[in-house]
Parts: sequence; C-alpha cells; structure tokens
Amino acid sequence: MPDRVAVGQRILRANDDLAAANRAMLDSAGVFSVNLMASPGAGKTSLIERTVQALAGKFRLGVIDGDLATSLDADRAAAAGARAVQINTGGQCHLDAAMVSRGLDDLDLQSVDLLIVENVGNLVCPVDFVLGTHRNVLIASVPEGDDKPFKYPASYRGMNAVVLNKIDLLPHVRFDLKRFRHGVEVLNPDVDMFLVSCETGEGLPAWLGWLERKVEAFRLAPEAERDAG
Amino acid sequence: MHELSLAQHLLSLALEQAHQSGALRITGLYLVVGELAPLEETSLSFYWEHVTLETPAAGSQVHVRRLPMQMRCLDCGRSFQPGGETWSCPGCGGERVRLQGGDECYLEAIDVEATPRPREIPCPTA
Repeated sequence: MPDRVAVGQRILRANDDLAAANRAMLDSAGVFSVNLMASPGAGKTSLIERTVQALAGKFRLGVIDGDLATSLDADRAAAAGARAVQINTGGQCHLDAAMVSRGLDDLDLQSVDLLIVENVGNLVCPVDFVLGTHRNVLIASVPEGDDKPFKYPASYRGMNAVVLNKIDLLPHVRFDLKRFRHGVEVLNPDVDMFLVSCETGEGLPAWLGWLERKVEAFRLAPEAERDAG
Repeated sequence: MHELSLAQHLLSLALEQAHQSGALRITGLYLVVGELAPLEETSLSFYWEHVTLETPAAGSQVHVRRLPMQMRCLDCGRSFQPGGETWSCPGCGGERVRLQGGDECYLEAIDVEATPRPREIPCPTA
C-alpha cells in the first residue's frame, strides 16, 4: 500500500526560487527592473525604444530581450542607447528565471540603473514564470480589442501597470475603454494604467514619469520597494 | 503550451519530496490547478509519461483537481463564479468586484512506496 505524503508546494517552486535569487542579485547591484509582457505586435519593442530614448540621459538602461530566435529586438534597444542582451529561447514560449539569470550574467549590472526585461510575445505563458523583476507591466493595444482582460484573465492578473498602446487608432476601431479598464481593475485593484501611442508620442510622459518615480524611489529606499512588486 | 517544462518541474519537486520521506517510488500525484492556470491535462499526461521514463515516478498517475475562478463583490460581499462577457456582481449588479481564487497551481500530495519499482520481467528471446 502506498503512503500519502503531503506536499503543498507550487509546481514551479524551482523557478520561484531562482527568481528570488535573481531579485537578490538585482537588489544588491541597485538595479530596478520590470518584466514587460504582451502579445506579439502590441508594441513592446517600440515602447522600449521610446523609453530608452527618453530616459537615457537620466538613467543607465539595460534591456534583456527574450525572443524565439532572432536578435532584431535587442538590436533596436541597443540602437536606442541601452545595454542590450538577447536571449533566444529556442522556440520556448516564455522566459523563465533560469534564462534571465544567464542574461544577468552577461550584463554589467554595476553600470545599469533600470533593467527592462522584454518577455517573449505571448499572452498566455509568461505570467506563470516569475523572473525576479520588481514590477510586472503588460502592454495591450487597441486593435486587440477591449475583451482581452475577460478572455485572458490569467495573463492580465498580477500586473502593476498596464499600458494601452496605439490609442491613435481609437477613432477607427471599436474599443470600449470603460469595459477594458473595468476588466483590468478587477484583476489588479491597484494597477496604474497608461493610455499611449508610441507612434505619435501621446500619453508617453505619464508612463515615463511613473517609471522614473519607481527608479528614484528604489534608489532612495530599496528596502521599501523590494517587496512591493 | 508549456506542459513539457511543467512536467519537468513537477518531476523534480515530486522526486525531492519522495526522497525526503525516504520513499523509493512514486505511484500517484495530486495537483490542485485553478481555472486561470494554463495547464492542459492531456498534454501534461503525454509529457509526464515521457519525462518519468526510467525514474522512480515511472508509471505514476497524475490526478488533477480543478478549481473554478472565484470573484467577490466589494459592495454586497457576495462570492460568485463569473460567467460570460462581464464581471458584474450577479447579486447587486455592482462593478467593484475582485478576483478571489482560481490561479492555484500546486502539488498537494504524492503517493509513495518504500519498495522500488518491480523489475519488469524481460521477454524471453526467441
């Protein structure tokens, strides 16, 4: 007869543990970090370009870029002025803490104030694999439709900020902003939401201001910020 | 979509727990998985058979208990399972609702045996 042994541990505990190690490494180097998630084409790389261009004079930026096979995204981030490292997942649909750990080894963390991790374009898998970053940010875009928080609640939960991109298309596409916001807020009561267009630049100052304040707060009181995300 | 890596994570967690309890063989695993956790059982079973080959968990059964997505209304306090296109409270119609459960994804228990897996009797060669 078999014996039953109680376990009660998350299936991805090994990933959680590695993520905690990544976080400790980032904390000791004084690097504030965000995990940027979105479906393909929502505008992750465009937002990173805009962000790097705008903040490069204030902070030293690093980008870890997760992609299936190419280095196109890291090239764009580097061209915009960031220290960029490409991680090819070899077809895997998400970044995990082990991949980010290798990416951190390739970055000179002492020369970085703000690290943006660009996850693989995918709205289903990345959210379950925590990476050790301080904040989770999701980019949605107007053409995807206002129903996405309701269709993919698993992906929309656990976000500290949601950036709605391509708002210049609002006049041309059916998109109920109130409904979208409701879905996002049910899943993330304390979320900060930004309506932006990476094309026209509209709304970007609010997003950049949020990020700047987070980096500054982390610098001044890292202990308070460490557990907040 | 990522059931292979879930299967690998599950195997190392289960082997570690079995080892700690002094067991030599795992015969069953009990998972608790919320509706929001993207885990597809058929796909997991397929990979499970593959990753457990020649391990102490070979031939074990994975049992999955699914939990529904749960919400709670902040206005009237009602707990409910959301359905359809909106997440308004079915009691008072309020929109101030919060997610309460449904993203669980953990290994609750394992069945283990103190004896090793019986050696398979090799087919007599013709």
